[in-house]
Amino acid sequence: MTTTQDSAVAVELITVVIDGFEVSVPKGTLIIRAAEKLGIQIPRFCDHPLLDPVGACRQCLVDVEINGRAFPKPQASCTIPVEPNMIVKTQLTSPVADKAQKGVMELLLGNHPLDCPVCDKGGECPLQNQAMSNGRPDARLDGYKRTFEKPINISSSVLLDRERCVLCARCTRFSEQIASDPFITLNERGALQQVGIYENDPFKSYFSGNTVQICPVGALTGASYRFRARPFDLVSTPSACEHCASGCDMRTDVRRGKTLRRLAGDDASVNEEWNCDKGRWAFKYVTAVDRLAHPQVRNAEGVLVQASWPEALAAAASGLKSKRAAVITGGRVTTEDAYGYSKFARIALKTNDIDFRARVTSDEERDFLSAHVVGTSTTYRDIDVADHVALIAFEPEEESPIVFLRLNRNVKKRGLKVSAVATKQSIAMDKLKAEFIKVAPGAESAAVLALSLTPKSVILVGERASESAGLFSTVASLASKSGAKIAYIPRRAGERGALEAGAIGNLLPGGRPVTDAAARVDIAAAWGIDSLPTQTGRTTSQIIEALSANELDAVVIGGVDAHDLPDSGRVIEALKKSFVVSLEIVPSAVTAVADVVLPVAAITEKSGSFLNWEGRARAFDEAVVDSQNRSDVRILSMIADAMGESIMLGTVTASAREFNQLGNWDGARTQFTPVAGQTPHSVSGNEAILTSWRRLLDMGSLQKGEDNLAGTRRPTVAVISPKRAESIGITTGQQVRVSNAHGAITIPALVEDIHDDAVWVPRNSFASQTLIALNAVHGDVVTVVKA
Amino acid sequence: MSLNHEVMQSIIKRYPRSRSAIMPLLHYVQSVSGYVTNEGIETISKILDIETAEVSAVATFYTQYKRKPVGEYHVGVCTNTLCAVMGGDAIFSALKDHLGIENDGVTPDGKVSLEHIECNAACDYAPVVMANWEFYDNQTVESAKALVDAARQGNPPAPTRGPNRLVTYKEASAVLAGLDDGLAREGIQAGGPTLLGLKLSKEGK
Amino acid sequence: MSKLTPVLSAHWDEKDSFTIEAYTRHGGYTASKKALAMDPDAVIQMVKDSGLRGRGGAGFPTGMKWGFIPQGDDKDHYLVVNADESEPGTCKDTPLLMANPHVLIEGCIIACHAIRAKSAFIYIRGEVTHVVRRVNAAIADAYKAGHLGNGIDVTLHIGAGAYICGEETALLDSLEGFRGQPRLRPPFPAIAGLYARPTVVNNVESIASVPAIISNGAEWYQSMGTEKSKGATLYSLSGHVNNPGQFEAPLGITLREILEIAGGVRDGHKLKFWTPGGSSTPLFTDAHLDTPLDYEGVSAAGSMLGTKALQIFDETTCVVRAVLRWTEFYKHESCGKCTPCREGTWWLVQILRDLENGTGTEADLEKLLDLCDNIMGRSFCALGDGATSPITSSIKYFRDEYIAHLTNGACPFDPVQSTLFVGAVK
Repeated sequence: MTTTQDSAVAVELITVVIDGFEVSVPKGTLIIRAAEKLGIQIPRFCDHPLLDPVGACRQCLVDVEINGRAFPKPQASCTIPVEPNMIVKTQLTSPVADKAQKGVMELLLGNHPLDCPVCDKGGECPLQNQAMSNGRPDARLDGYKRTFEKPINISSSVLLDRERCVLCARCTRFSEQIASDPFITLNERGALQQVGIYENDPFKSYFSGNTVQICPVGALTGASYRFRARPFDLVSTPSACEHCASGCDMRTDVRRGKTLRRLAGDDASVNEEWNCDKGRWAFKYVTAVDRLAHPQVRNAEGVLVQASWPEALAAAASGLKSKRAAVITGGRVTTEDAYGYSKFARIALKTNDIDFRARVTSDEERDFLSAHVVGTSTTYRDIDVADHVALIAFEPEEESPIVFLRLNRNVKKRGLKVSAVATKQSIAMDKLKAEFIKVAPGAESAAVLALSLTPKSVILVGERASESAGLFSTVASLASKSGAKIAYIPRRAGERGALEAGAIGNLLPGGRPVTDAAARVDIAAAWGIDSLPTQTGRTTSQIIEALSANELDAVVIGGVDAHDLPDSGRVIEALKKSFVVSLEIVPSAVTAVADVVLPVAAITEKSGSFLNWEGRARAFDEAVVDSQNRSDVRILSMIADAMGESIMLGTVTASAREFNQLGNWDGARTQFTPVAGQTPHSVSGNEAILTSWRRLLDMGSLQKGEDNLAGTRRPTVAVISPKRAESIGITTGQQVRVSNAHGAITIPALVEDIHDDAVWVPRNSFASQTLIALNAVHGDVVTVVKA
Repeated sequence: MSLNHEVMQSIIKRYPRSRSAIMPLLHYVQSVSGYVTNEGIETISKILDIETAEVSAVATFYTQYKRKPVGEYHVGVCTNTLCAVMGGDAIFSALKDHLGIENDGVTPDGKVSLEHIECNAACDYAPVVMANWEFYDNQTVESAKALVDAARQGNPPAPTRGPNRLVTYKEASAVLAGLDDGLAREGIQAGGPTLLGLKLSKEGK
Repeated sequence: MSKLTPVLSAHWDEKDSFTIEAYTRHGGYTASKKALAMDPDAVIQMVKDSGLRGRGGAGFPTGMKWGFIPQGDDKDHYLVVNADESEPGTCKDTPLLMANPHVLIEGCIIACHAIRAKSAFIYIRGEVTHVVRRVNAAIADAYKAGHLGNGIDVTLHIGAGAYICGEETALLDSLEGFRGQPRLRPPFPAIAGLYARPTVVNNVESIASVPAIISNGAEWYQSMGTEKSKGATLYSLSGHVNNPGQFEAPLGITLREILEIAGGVRDGHKLKFWTPGGSSTPLFTDAHLDTPLDYEGVSAAGSMLGTKALQIFDETTCVVRAVLRWTEFYKHESCGKCTPCREGTWWLVQILRDLENGTGTEADLEKLLDLCDNIMGRSFCALGDGATSPITSSIKYFRDEYIAHLTNGACPFDPVQSTLFVGAVK
């Protein structure tokens, strides 16, 4: 008998009898999971479906018989795959298995402290629960218990209470097998065996929080949640992560209107059961003390003052009505909000001047997105079946950590080949055993063509490709030449949704080209209007230029940090002279110069969805139900109403429904006109070409106030090659000064494998914010000297 | 003395995969520093390209790796059942009193450290005492005291089955790192009990 | 005629027995020469025919183990010699390697040829400095003489104090540079052992027995021993006997016979209990003096032949103290991987301590036995099982003595009486 799990792969089924019931499961299924299919719960601790079987805790012992031959002793059901003619007797039908399980449970509890009343795990503890279901009713081990000093900080984010640990090794196996970060290990031996770090190196893994989540007891706890709540006081809401485009399924736990913790959700096709520490532990920004609570309007004296909603909406409407206005949304708004901005621009502002890309961008990127990305779907599954994955302008662990985990799984389990066209070696590339195709910053384009891919290959290209002229063009040509699939992986959670929603100057919702009359008719008809603006809209930088040059009068800005844009000083100046409506959650450089500031709901206060890099919808509900704050789309709808240009999107649900009804464009895609690559700058002496990207944990505004999390940031370093290090007389750890006419960054050097012409510094880390300090981008020439 | 990278590389070369060298490298660190220092762990981590935690996980698993200094002469008294019963317990207790140190202790002069050890595969020579993992067979309370006294004076007696002199803890650690000290030919080939069966068979018994 | 059959030990009484000169003087390295000229399968067959079984304790047929190695698989194969002799009471491989390391090296050459391995690793425990010197020097001399280095390499790997590394998969993890904790099986080492390659793990004495089999033939070897336990082996007699030592004899000899040859239990005392093959094998008493010491005989009598480590204890020995100490050993040596062994030994020691001190209760005895029942066969590897053997067997034979501790309120024995230097102490 066979079944099809995946259209291509037939799976052999094996039938076994467990406690008298037959069950058919795919070949290779472990007994413990075959039993689950029947609803038979075999107790377990070390077993985890995503970790290799280890059989260490011995809690899941059952009696097994194959072809009439019984094993002489009970077997660990978490280590044995089902076989034909297998008969399994669990604790439900075998007194031997039942006694074995109770015996193991007694031994696990023997040295376990009776501190459940003060333990964070109490109430949701597998040990507590299974001790009730599969333990002895009374205790008889009355000697002295093992004690340890408690707790120890294994990082600023994670604490370890060793005496609670049952040594299931889930945490150490996760760190080694899933994250490839074996910074925690089992130490010592026998009854003194314990989880630990090496004393001088803390558990600085981007994925450390997963160990807290999979710990079956209260041994590992998160510093930010420890002693904060009892599980039964929390209200849990399924949610999606807003931090990056990986698209993690999440669970948000709220008590009395306040998020207390977030957990990785379970979605086998996306994040499996993992997430990164930023997604787990960066949420205090939502409850920041400086959250905008009321609308503000700039008065006749030029001062921003508190205003009522009707006043503020009226001010916004009159400032925008019949003006030459544009929209910049930033990359963090939901798909529903992005659709609101998209429709608002076209109907209320009568323009295609809209861009979701509040960062370094290029026109080439926009053309690439419309020609090769919008409406397409390359998925995590494609990585699972790829013969080769090429990383282009993309550092997976820093920029989309779940993509890194998926790559890592494929590298570990099946030896997936990974190549990276990059300026420098990275920790992730090292862990992925990636082929390192080393280029000078700016020379990426030519190197890409040298890759030899097949139709089974996948190209993961990051948004940073926009920083190297011609790179998107060669990616497109590599894909067409080889048949490889392209996946575009932006850093921010909202960008893909905004692209599909048409929050960009060359596309209407659903990937409809602005320049295609039929596409315009499509949308105009759906929106019940006569026509849509016909001219391709401006990009973010063109909008700023136009505001500067008085070619535009006004701009609506949703969730943009001006410092994410190149030359932020110039951006602020441009905004100062324009009419600015800012939709924001906290005061920022933009709200400071805005004419109308409208507070909006943060992620936990609204429902909505993101499209992750795959284009897969990641929906979430309101976690905090009684918030007074409204989603951007609702506010845009009110402004539009006040302008007399209704967009009819009063709710998130309405926005979602309307957007989904539009469907994807099935007409011709826009043609992509390749852009020629550039010769990188040639440098000499102390000159170097800057290369830079953001680290996962950095000065990002959504990580504000997360001191524990900040403690696990990777150190700020300037990476230079051994050759350069020698020429400027510096070794790792010594201070190096990276400067240009605008300013300087002085941080410790790290001598590593990087192109000799390049210097790498983190883009937005403590003491290294390149856009602010240097006003420089990837490919610019800087000077590197010993400090 | 500091860690010699050439020696470390020569140890690594013994194995098809470098990580296998972690144990001899830890012995080597002890041969240089007298115990497993942090510098040793960090150096091994670097040279084998594995995390420090992975090195310390191994270093803390095995009893012979010491995370704090031991004496120049590390004395182990077998107190596993057979040796214990036949006098090991008495010897160990007498040595603790005599040296004024506890299990895992070191004399203030740093000369002698004491540890009760498990069966050392010399049961036919019980009770057995090991010094720097050399055999001192058929010990008594008196002979063991004499051994540690002489060791503190810097002239310990030669092992019963071992080279002509007792090497220091660091020197022994180098042997355990697989480094040749040229002493293999010294000492007897076998003690009386080892030869007893052969002798009796020759006597026709 | 003597019942003893010195083969391995035949030349140990020559002062230079450990040198390559002495070894070749007695025909050393002719067996490997002969074997290398044979078809590898013929060598395996010869070892199978000889009936040689693993001398490390389990008694698995050596030739059959070799035959499990897949052939023509284009993979590296490895031979790993288990010289991590650590089972309490066991003291045969250590003197063998000190007196004649070359026989092991020659055995390695033959075994490597048979299983098509190019490399052998000898994993020796780290607590025997001089044995390490001798084996290392022997390897160096074998290279110099050209016995090694011509297609077969032998590398010495030195342990660092962990009884569990005598378990073959823990040994392999240790050899690969990890904590020595047992691996999940399957895959078995024959399929995925060292570096996940087909690997044979054999005890020192097993491999050292091979050259003589090649030289003298399978029939010669078969002619010794019993029906299913062929050949001769080293019996290690220790404890309360007049003359402890190594006795090489055909399998199936009895303790009574060995004691007769050796000169009996300590004068003026009588046998109380003994281990047939180390502390992990259930205890025997004077009722087992005539049990044939072969795999089947010992097993039929309720214990295991193990490593043939005959630890003899006379009537001055408190069995509770003896068992407590062994249990402390297992607690110290438990690797920590699985719950029953790691946690179980922690509690066994505490309960036994109370019993030995006379502060326990009769109910503690039942608790002890029930805990043993929850450890035996529930642990990840045999270490946990071994930890229960002395306890359950001692309670079986000496329950009254346990009770006497309780009624006495203290241990009724004078530990001085069982020491070797009892006279001197008095």
